[in-house]
Amino acid sequence: MAVDENLKIEMGKQGVFVTTLQELYNWGRRSSVWPMNFGLACCAIEMIATTMARYDLARFGAEVFRPSPRQADLMIISGTVTKKMAPQVVRLYNQMGEPRYVIAMGACAISGGPFKQGYNVLKGIDRYIPVDVHIPGCPPRPEALLDAFITLQKKIDAQSLTGENRPRHLNPEGQGEFPVPEQGEHDLEPPSNTLVWPAPMVIR
Amino acid sequence: MITPILARQEGWNRQPEIVPDGEGELLEVAMGPHHPSTHGVFRMDVTLDGERIIKLKPVFGYLHRNHEQLGETMSYLAIMPYTDRLDYFSSLSNNWGYALAVEKLAGIQVPERAEYLRVILAELTRIQNHASSVGFLIQDMGASGTPLMYAFKEREKILDLFESLTGSRMMCNYMRFGGCRVDTTAEWLNQARKVVAGIPAFADEFEALLTTNEILMARTQGTGILRPDLAVNAGITGPLLRASGVNYDIRKVDRYGIYDRFDFKVPLGEHGDVYDRFMLRLLELRQSVRILEQALKDIPEGPIMDPKSKIRGFRPKPGEAYGRIEAPKGELGFYVISDGTGNPYRYRVRPPSFVNLTILEDMCLGQNVADVVLILGSIDIVLGEVDR
Amino acid sequence: MKTIEEIKAAIEAAVPGAGVEIINNPSPSAQHSLLLQRETALAVAQFLRDDAELAFDYLSNVTGVDWLDKEIVEKVKVKKTVTKTVDGVEQQVEETVDETRKRVEPGYLETVYHLYSMAKKHGPLILRLRTANRTDQVELPSFTPIWRSAEFQEREIFDLYGIVYTGHPDLRRILMWEGFKDHPMRKDYVEPDDFEYEPTAHDAVAKRAQEHQAKVAAAQNGGAA
Ligand code: SF4
Repeated sequence: MAVDENLKIEMGKQGVFVTTLQELYNWGRRSSVWPMNFGLACCAIEMIATTMARYDLARFGAEVFRPSPRQADLMIISGTVTKKMAPQVVRLYNQMGEPRYVIAMGACAISGGPFKQGYNVLKGIDRYIPVDVHIPGCPPRPEALLDAFITLQKKIDAQSLTGENRPRHLNPEGQGEFPVPEQGEHDLEPPSNTLVWPAPMVIR
Repeated sequence: MITPILARQEGWNRQPEIVPDGEGELLEVAMGPHHPSTHGVFRMDVTLDGERIIKLKPVFGYLHRNHEQLGETMSYLAIMPYTDRLDYFSSLSNNWGYALAVEKLAGIQVPERAEYLRVILAELTRIQNHASSVGFLIQDMGASGTPLMYAFKEREKILDLFESLTGSRMMCNYMRFGGCRVDTTAEWLNQARKVVAGIPAFADEFEALLTTNEILMARTQGTGILRPDLAVNAGITGPLLRASGVNYDIRKVDRYGIYDRFDFKVPLGEHGDVYDRFMLRLLELRQSVRILEQALKDIPEGPIMDPKSKIRGFRPKPGEAYGRIEAPKGELGFYVISDGTGNPYRYRVRPPSFVNLTILEDMCLGQNVADVVLILGSIDIVLGEVDR
Repeated sequence: MKTIEEIKAAIEAAVPGAGVEIINNPSPSAQHSLLLQRETALAVAQFLRDDAELAFDYLSNVTGVDWLDKEIVEKVKVKKTVTKTVDGVEQQVEETVDETRKRVEPGYLETVYHLYSMAKKHGPLILRLRTANRTDQVELPSFTPIWRSAEFQEREIFDLYGIVYTGHPDLRRILMWEGFKDHPMRKDYVEPDDFEYEPTAHDAVAKRAQEHQAKVAAAQNGGAA
C-alpha cells in the first residue's frame, strides 16, 4: 500500500517518518548492491576504472567488490564470454545467493561483439542466464556503467514484494539453478538454454 | 651477462623437479579461472606440499577469442581495431606493431611527424601500463585499493590525452599503414607536455610509497628468481628479461621507427626477483618520460600519412613479413603472410605475455603458495594477449 | 649478420646431409627463409644455437600455417599431328595446340620459426618445417628441448592445427578444452552453426547467415508438419 506523497512530506515536517515495508526493503537492497570481483576481458579494465577515484562507484553503495560469489548480489559480465569460460560463468551465477542481478557490460557480453564470428566465442551470455541490464559499447565508458547501475537501482525499486512482479527469490516457483552447459566435441551442449533464451526468429 | 649455452646437459633449461618431503599428503589446488587476484581469467593447477609448490600447470584459453582466425577473414585495415583488443592496456603499441609488420610487407615509408606521434603515443602507453601494472602488483600483495588508485589517477590523465586525440579511451585504433589517422593540434601537444611534466612527481611519490615499505620488500626480494640464461632460452622479453640483467631492448636493437634519435638508457636489474621487476618498471617509466620530453620538443610539422599508401583496397604483393616492437610487456611481433588478395593468408601475433608465461612454473617451484600470485603479477600478463 | 647463403653454407658444413633449401620472399621485407628437412632439423637447430658466431639463442616466434591442396591449372603448348585437308589433299600436319591441364599440388602443414640472437643482437633467421601431408603424416620434430620458448607455442599449434611435435614434453591442448575434436585454425574447419543474427553482414558472413536462416526455416517447417 502506497503512502500518499504529500501526507508523507507533511508528516516528515512533524518529525514522523512513514514508509512501507516494501520501500524500506528495496531501499536497503538498492543502496548496497555488492558486485562480484570478476573481470573477463577489456571491459573489466573500464569496470576497475569505474571503481577508482575519478568515477567513484562508492557513491552508489556498490564499491564493495566481493571475491566470492556467495557474498555478491550483482555479477557484471565484463567482457567476452568464450565457450571455454561459459560453463564457469553459469556455475558462478548458480553459486550466487538470491536476490541476484546480472549486468551484461559491453558488446561482447551482449552478443559476442567484434568477436562474434569466432568459433570459441559465445554469442551473448543471455543464452544461458537472465540478464537485467545490457550496456552497449566497446568498451562502455565508466559513465555508461554508472548509468547501468542507476537503471538497476530503478529496477530494484520497482519490484513489489508480492504479486506477479515480485523478485525471483520471493517466488517459490522461481528458478534457482540454471543448467550448466557441457563442453562437447565440437561445441557447447546445449548451444543455449531455451527457457532463458528462445532463439529469435530473424525477419528479413 | 649471457653465459654461452655450449656444453650443457640435457634438460638444463628446466627447473629440476621438487621432491616432496614425504610428510603429509599432497594437495591439489585449482587457482582460478575466477580468482580474486588473478589477472583476468587464468587458471593454475597447483600441487602443494604443505605451503610449498611442487608442481604448477597454467591453463589458458578462457579468453581465446579467435583473433588470428578472424584476422584471416578480414581485410588488412579491418584488423587494426582488433589489435587494440590484444593487450587492452596498451592498444597504441599494438597498433604500431601491426602497422610496422604491414609496412615491412608492402615497403611503405612513414613520414617524420607520424613517427614522432607514434613514439609519443607508444611511450605514453608504456607509462600508463607500467604504472597500473605496479599498482596491480601491490594490490595482489593485499594493499587493496590505495596504490592502485594512485596509478589510475595518472592513467586517467593519459587516457584523456588519448581520448581527445583518437576518440576513445582504450581502443584507440589510431595508426594506419604509412602514418596515423588524424593529426594533432598544438593545444594537444601542450596538454601532453603538461601531463608529461607531472609524471616524475608521480613516480617519486609512488616510489616512496613502495621503497619504504618493509613488508613489501620482505615479500618481494628474493622471490621468484629467474636466471638470465634460462630467461633467454625461454624467450622471455621485456621488463622481465631486463630485470634478470640481460640487456635486450628492441628499441635499441632494431632501432625501429626513430628510436635512434633519442637519448635514453635501458635500465637493468641485478637479481631477477619480483622486487627488481617492479623497480625496473618504475625506472623504465622515468626513461619514457625522457624520450617523451625530447620527442615533444622536436616534433616537426608535416604530413602524417604517406601519400602513396592506400588505405582502402590495400593489396600487398605475395610475400611475408615479421615486424616486432618493444611493447610494454615485451616483444610484440606480428607475422603476416600475403597471397596477393585483400585478406592476409596467415596472420599471427607473437604475444609477449603468452611466451613469458612459459617460465611461470620454473619461477614458482619451491616457493610458498602466497607468492604465486606475486610472481604472476610480476610477469604482467594481460589475458587478451595470452589467449588472443 | 651473415647472409642467408652464408648461413646455409655454414649449416651444410656443420651438419652433413642437412639438405637446407632457401625459400625466397618476394616482398619488400626480403626476409628469406630456410626450409629444413624433418630428419636433420634438430641437429641444425642445435648448431644454430650453439655456434659461436651465429648464436641464435633466442627463438622468438613459432607459427603454424596451413597450406591446402592447390589445384594448378596450366596452359601447355602441345605438338600434335593432325590430319587436315589442304587444297583438297589429305595431309598429316604438325600443329601446336593449347591445352589446359590440371594438377593437384598436395597441401601440407608448416611451422615457421623466427630466430634472433640476444648475445650478438642480430636476426631474424627464419626456419620452416613442413609435414608430409595434411592428414595422417603430421609429425614434426619439436624444438622445445633446444629452445624452451617453443613449449607453449608448439602446444598452441598442436591445438589449432593438429601438428604433432615428437619429443615435446607435454603436448596437450592449450587454448581449446580437453575433449574438443577439431583443429579450428585449419582452412577447411567448419564452425558449429550457432549463429543467428548479424546486422551488417557481407561476404562470407552473409552467406553463413543465409545458410543458417534456411536451416532454421526448414526445421520450423518440418516441425510444423
Ligand atoms: S565489448 Fe569490446 S572492450 Fe568489451 S570485452 Fe568485448 S571487445 Fe573488449
